[in-house]
Amino acid sequence: MRGLRLGLRRGWITWRAVNTTREGLANTVFWNLVPLVVLILLRNQQLEGFGVSATAALLPGIMAITVVFGVMGIAYYLANEREDGTLLRAKATPGGMQAYVIGLVVVAALDVAAGLLIVGVPGMFLLSGVPVGSAVLWLGLLGYLVLGLLACLSVGLLIGSVVKNPRTIGGVGFLATAALSALSGLFFPVQVLWGWVQVLVQLFPMYWLGLGLRSVFLPAEAAVLELGGSWRTVAGLLVLGGWAAVGLGLGPVLLRRMARRESGSRVEARREAALQRA
Amino acid sequence: MTVASDLGAGPAAAAVTGPAVRIRDLRMTYGDNAVLRGLDLEIGHGEVVALLGPNGAGKTTTIEILEGFRAPSGGEVEVLGVQPVRGGERWRADIGVVLQSWRDHAKWRVAELLGHLGDYYAPYSEPERPRPVAVAELLGWVGLTDRAGQRIGSLSGGQRRRLDVAIGLVGRPRLLFLDEPTAGLDPHARQEFHELVHRLADVDGVTILLTTHDLAEAEKLADRILILDGGRIVADGSAAALSREVAGHTEVRWCAGGERSVHGAPDDAAAVAFVRELLAGPGPEVTELEVRRSSLEDTYLAMVQRREQGR
Repeated sequence: MRGLRLGLRRGWITWRAVNTTREGLANTVFWNLVPLVVLILLRNQQLEGFGVSATAALLPGIMAITVVFGVMGIAYYLANEREDGTLLRAKATPGGMQAYVIGLVVVAALDVAAGLLIVGVPGMFLLSGVPVGSAVLWLGLLGYLVLGLLACLSVGLLIGSVVKNPRTIGGVGFLATAALSALSGLFFPVQVLWGWVQVLVQLFPMYWLGLGLRSVFLPAEAAVLELGGSWRTVAGLLVLGGWAAVGLGLGPVLLRRMARRESGSRVEARREAALQRA
Repeated sequence: MTVASDLGAGPAAAAVTGPAVRIRDLRMTYGDNAVLRGLDLEIGHGEVVALLGPNGAGKTTTIEILEGFRAPSGGEVEVLGVQPVRGGERWRADIGVVLQSWRDHAKWRVAELLGHLGDYYAPYSEPERPRPVAVAELLGWVGLTDRAGQRIGSLSGGQRRRLDVAIGLVGRPRLLFLDEPTAGLDPHARQEFHELVHRLADVDGVTILLTTHDLAEAEKLADRILILDGGRIVADGSAAALSREVAGHTEVRWCAGGERSVHGAPDDAAAVAFVRELLAGPGPEVTELEVRRSSLEDTYLAMVQRREQGR
C-alpha cells in the first residue's frame, strides 16, 4: 500500500514537473490540439447511410492513438531515465523500484487523461451523432480505455526495456508507432490494405482498441463496415486482455532484469556516449 | 535484546556487532581483464576510510560491489552483515549512496525531491535513528536552503553535487558511500564539504567510505587511507603511518663547483652521514644543499605515473 501511495505521488510530481515547464506544456497542448482541429474541420462530412458524421467514426481512432502515444511515452521515459540515473536512484532507495514502476504508469495515464480531456471530451460534444447521453457509451469508453492502456503498457515496457537508446525510441519508435496505428484502421478502414497487413495489425492491441471504441461510439449497424461485418467484441477483449496480462506478468521481470544491471559506471558510460553523440 | 527484536531490527542489529564492511579475497574480472585481484578489507563502525588510487585502479568497481549494484566474480563480501547483492529493502535503508554523476530528476524542485525520497525511509525509522532527516535540516547541512524551490536542472555543478550528498543522507544512513564526492566543487564548496563529512562522522557516527584520487583530500578527511593499485590494496593505514611506511628513502641534492648531483639514501641516518662526509670532503665547495624525505605524496605520484605509463 505504501509502495502504491509513493508511486502515485511520484507519478504526479513527475507529470506536474514536466507540464509546468514551457516546452512540456506546449508539447501536451499542441499535439492534442492538432487532432481536435482536424475533427472540427471535418465535422460536416457524413458517414453514408448511418446518420452519423464521419468524424464520429474518426473520434474513437483519435482516442485510441492518444492512448497509444501516451503509453509509448513510457518507453521513452524509461530509456531516458536509465541514461540520466533516475532508475539507479530508484534502485538505491528502499522500495524505490516498485514506486518507480507505478510512477511510470501514472505518468502515462496522466498523459493519456490530459489528451482525452483536450481532444476526446470536446470532440464528443462538438460532433453530431455521438450518443453522449448513453451510459453504455461512457461505461464502454472507460472500460476500453483502461484495458487499452494496460495492453499498450505491455508494448511500451517491452520496447523500453529492450531498446537502450532514448533517441532510437524518440525517432524510430515514434515512426513505428505512428505507422502501426495508421495501419490499424484508426483513420481509415483496414480493408483497403493488403491481406497480410490486415492479419499483422490484428496481432497488436491498437487495432482492437480502435475497434472496441468504435463499437461503443457508432450505431450497431455500422458494424458492417468492419472486418467480418462484426464488432468481434469477445475476440477484442481477449486480445487486449492477453496483452495486458503479458505486461503485468512480464513487465516486472523485464524491469528487474534491467535494474539489476544498473550501476554508477554504466550510467556514466552512457552519459559519455550521449555527450559524444551530441 | 527483546527491545531490538520488538523493533524488528534484524540484520541491522546484527551488523552493529560485526564490522561495517568485511571483504575476503574479492575478485572481479571483466572477460580477460582482472580489475580486482584478491582484496581483503575490514572497516569498523564509525570509521572514515578513503579509498585512494589512480584512475582504473578498481575504486569504483569496489564501491559498486559494496553498494550491491554489481556482483563480484569471486570472494566474500559482507556489508552491515549482509551480502550486498542479496540485501533487502531494510538493508538498503541503512545505506547512503552518492555516485560520481547524477543527472536525474532535472525537472523536479530541490525540496520536492528531498521530501519525496525521504518518504521511502519513514518505515525504517528507529528511536535512535529517526528517519528521514527533515528537508530543512538537510538543506542547511549542504548549504542549499535558498535553492529549495529551484528546479534541479538549473543548479550549478557544485550545487548539484551538494544536492546528491543531501540525497545520500536523507535516510540517515549507517554507512555512506561517496564516489569522488568533491569532483567539480570549487575550493570553498570543497572546504564546506569537508566540514560536513567531519560532522557526520563525529555527531552521527556514520561509517563513511569515500573514493578520491586526491591524496590531500584523503589525508584531510579520513582516519584511514587505503591505496588501491592494480586491483590490490597496496597500503592501508593512517596518513602518518603510511608516510612512515612508504617513504622509502631520503634524497640529497647538492650543487658543487657548478655541477648538480643527487644521492638517494636508504634512511635518514644514512642521509645525515652522507651529508657530513660531503661537506667535510676535499671536493669543490658545496654551494647549495637540499635534503628531502620522500613523502607519501611522492610515492603516490610515482604510483600514478607508473600506472599511466603502463597503458
